Amino acid sequence: MTTEELKAFEDEIYAYVGREVCPPTPAKDDVNVAMIRQWAEIIGDTNPAYTDADWAANSARGHTIAPPAMMYVWGQEGFAVTTGRAPDAQSDLVSLFNEHGYTGVLGTNVKQEYFKEVSPGDNVVMEMTIDNISERKTTGRGPGYFFETLATFSNQHGEKIGTQRFKVLKFIPQEQPAAVASEETLQVPTRIPSPRGHDNKWWWEACDAGKVLIQRCKSCQTLRHPPRPMCGKCQSMEWDSIESTLEGEILSHTQLHHPKIPGYQYPLVCAVIKLSEGTNFVANIVGCEPSDIHIGMKVKGAVEQVDEKTMLPQFYPA
Amino acid sequence: MVANVKDKAVIVGIGNTTFSKDSGVSELSLAVQAIKAAIDDAGLKPSDIDGMATFTMDTNDEIEVARALGVGELTFYGRSHYGGGAATSCLHQATMAIATGMAETVVVYRALNGRSGHRFSGGVAGDITTADAIHWGWYMPYGLLTPASWVAMFTQRWMHNTGVTKDALFEVAHSTRVYGANNPAAFFYGREFDRAEYDAARMIADPLQLFDCCQESDGGSAVIVTTPERARDLRQPGVSVRGVAQCAAEDQEQMTSFYREEFAGIPEMETSAKNVYAMSGLSADDIDAAVIYDAFSPIVLWQLEAWGFCGFGESGDFVKDGALRTDGRLPTNTHGGQLSEAYIHGVNGIVEATRLVRGSSVNQPAKTVNHALVTSGVGIPTGGAILGKMD
Repeated sequence: MTTEELKAFEDEIYAYVGREVCPPTPAKDDVNVAMIRQWAEIIGDTNPAYTDADWAANSARGHTIAPPAMMYVWGQEGFAVTTGRAPDAQSDLVSLFNEHGYTGVLGTNVKQEYFKEVSPGDNVVMEMTIDNISERKTTGRGPGYFFETLATFSNQHGEKIGTQRFKVLKFIPQEQPAAVASEETLQVPTRIPSPRGHDNKWWWEACDAGKVLIQRCKSCQTLRHPPRPMCGKCQSMEWDSIESTLEGEILSHTQLHHPKIPGYQYPLVCAVIKLSEGTNFVANIVGCEPSDIHIGMKVKGAVEQVDEKTMLPQFYPA
Repeated sequence: MVANVKDKAVIVGIGNTTFSKDSGVSELSLAVQAIKAAIDDAGLKPSDIDGMATFTMDTNDEIEVARALGVGELTFYGRSHYGGGAATSCLHQATMAIATGMAETVVVYRALNGRSGHRFSGGVAGDITTADAIHWGWYMPYGLLTPASWVAMFTQRWMHNTGVTKDALFEVAHSTRVYGANNPAAFFYGREFDRAEYDAARMIADPLQLFDCCQESDGGSAVIVTTPERARDLRQPGVSVRGVAQCAAEDQEQMTSFYREEFAGIPEMETSAKNVYAMSGLSADDIDAAVIYDAFSPIVLWQLEAWGFCGFGESGDFVKDGALRTDGRLPTNTHGGQLSEAYIHGVNGIVEATRLVRGSSVNQPAKTVNHALVTSGVGIPTGGAILGKMD
C-alpha cells in the first residue's frame, strides 16, 4: 500500500468515528427473574440481591435487582443472530478492514460503568456508536487499528443506567510462531508437578481430593512429613495417616522474584510452616501483602485449584 | 572415632581453564584442559595419573577423560554427590585412595558449562521419578525451585534468630569482590562495586539480591594429589592435606532440610569441622586464611560459626570488623570467590587454598599462611579440609 493509498484508506475508516451502530432500541424482553437466575448460576454469582426474593424483600431495596454486568445481555439477539444480521456501521467498518487485509480480529478489552440499577419488570434500551479508532499501531499480532464502540444503556424512563466500551483490534495477521496458528493447541503453562512414585503418590492423590494428610507410623505413632517408606524412629514400615487441620505458624518465608517461572503467579511467597500437628510443611502464603508476612505469623490453609491441572495447599493469614 | 589420614596426601598440581560465560567447547574439553594444566604445574605426565575423583551431575565420565588425556590405567575412580557439597569430598576420596594405596596419583576435577549449558540457577524440574526427584516434588509446585530460594528460606530464619543484618551480607559480598577486582582470571576483574550498587540490584528471593549470588560460569578446575614420598620429588612445594571430612547430618535433605527442630543451622558442617580439627590436631586459631564456599553471601557467615571462628550469631560482627579482608583475622576467598571469580563448584577454591599455602595467591596476605581452610557447599551434605605446608 502506497502512502497515498494508506491515506485514502485511513480517511475512509476515520469517517466511521461517531457513526451510529444502532439507534436506541428497547430489549425484546423485559428484565426477568429467569434470565437473571440462569446468568447468576453460570457465572457462579450467589449474591442473594439477584436471586433470593425473600432475602431481597427484607433488604433496603425491598426487591431483587439484575446483576449490573448483565446490562449488555438484555439486548442480545439470541438464536436469530445465526441467520445473519442486518448490516450496520460496525459490520461495514469490519468489512472495510477485511477488504484491505486487516482480517485478524482480537477483542482486547471491555469496560463497563454503572449508574443506576434495574429490576425485574424494567426494560433496558441500548444505543451504540463507534466512539474512536486509533492511529495505525504495530502490535505483536501484526499491524492494525484499535476501534472502540460505546454502548449506552437506559431504562424505560429514559434514565441512563450504564455504558460499555468494547475495544477491538483489527490487524494484518503476520506469520506467527506455531502457537498462534491453532488456538486449540495453545497450552497455558501450569505449575511443575511433583513426580509421583510409590512413596508419595497416595499423598498427592489425597491432595487432588482436597486433603492434606500426614503420614503416621502405626507402630510408634510418630508423624512424618515428607512421607518415607520407613519410620526413622522405630524402623516400622507399617503406616497410616491423619488429616491435617492446616492450622500453623510461619517458621520462615521468602518471596520469589527472579527468575519468574512460567505457570506460576507472582507475587509468589513460599514459607516453611509448623503445622499444629507438629510436622513442618512447605507451601505458598496468599491472601495478604508479601510485606506483611513474618516469622511467627499464624496461618490457616486450604487445598485449592491453583491452575488448570494443579490442586495445592495455600495458606492465608489466620 | 575419627579416621586419621593427616598428611597422607599432598596437593602437587593445580590448574584452571579460562572462566567464561560461553566457553564454546564441550565440558570434556574443559575437563582435560584443566587437568592438563594441573599435570603440567606438577611436572607430571598424564600417564602418572592412576585415580580420579569428581562430582555427580557431571557429564565428564572418568574413562572418557582418561582416553582424551592419554591416561593409562585407572585403579581408582570415585564420585561424590550433591553439587558444590562435593568440592572437598572429592579431595576426601582422593586422600582415602592415596592413604590406602588404592592409587598413587589422583586428579580431582570439575568442569562444566554452567552458564552456556545447564544452569543450576534454573532450578529443578523432576522429569524422572527417583527418591531425589520426589524430594524436589515437595517444593516445585509452590515455585520454591531455585538454589537462591532454598538458601533464602534458611537465611530469613537465621537473620531472624540472630539479628544479623544485610550489612554483614554486604561485607561478604564486598570484601570478596575487592579481591576479585584484583584477579585477572575473575569475572569481576577491574570492576568497581559499592553499597549503592549492592542495594540497587534486583531482588532474587528475599532477602537475597543479585550481588548475594555467585557467578554462573563455564570453566574447569583440577588439582593433582599424590603421596608425600612422590611429592618431595616434584617441582612445586607440596601442600599437604592436614585433615579432610565429609558429613550428611541427621534429617538431611538436599538444600531443603526444613524439618529439623531448628533449621537455621548447618550441623553437617559443624560435624565436618569437628572431625577435621580432630584429625589435624589444629583449631580455628591455627587457620591463617580461608576459602569458604560462597554460592551465596550468607552461607559464608554460617560457616565461620560452624568452624569456630566466632560463636553462633557473631559472624555478622566478625566480618564487619574486616576479618575477611587481606589484613584481617582471616583473609577469605582471596581469588574473588565464587561470587566474583567463577563458580566451579568449589574446586577453584581448592586451587586457591593451595595457592595461599604456596604463597602464590594474586591477593596473597602479608602474613605467613601456614594453614588454609577450604570448604564445600552448604545446605547439602558437605565437608571441608585444612591444607598446610608439607613438612
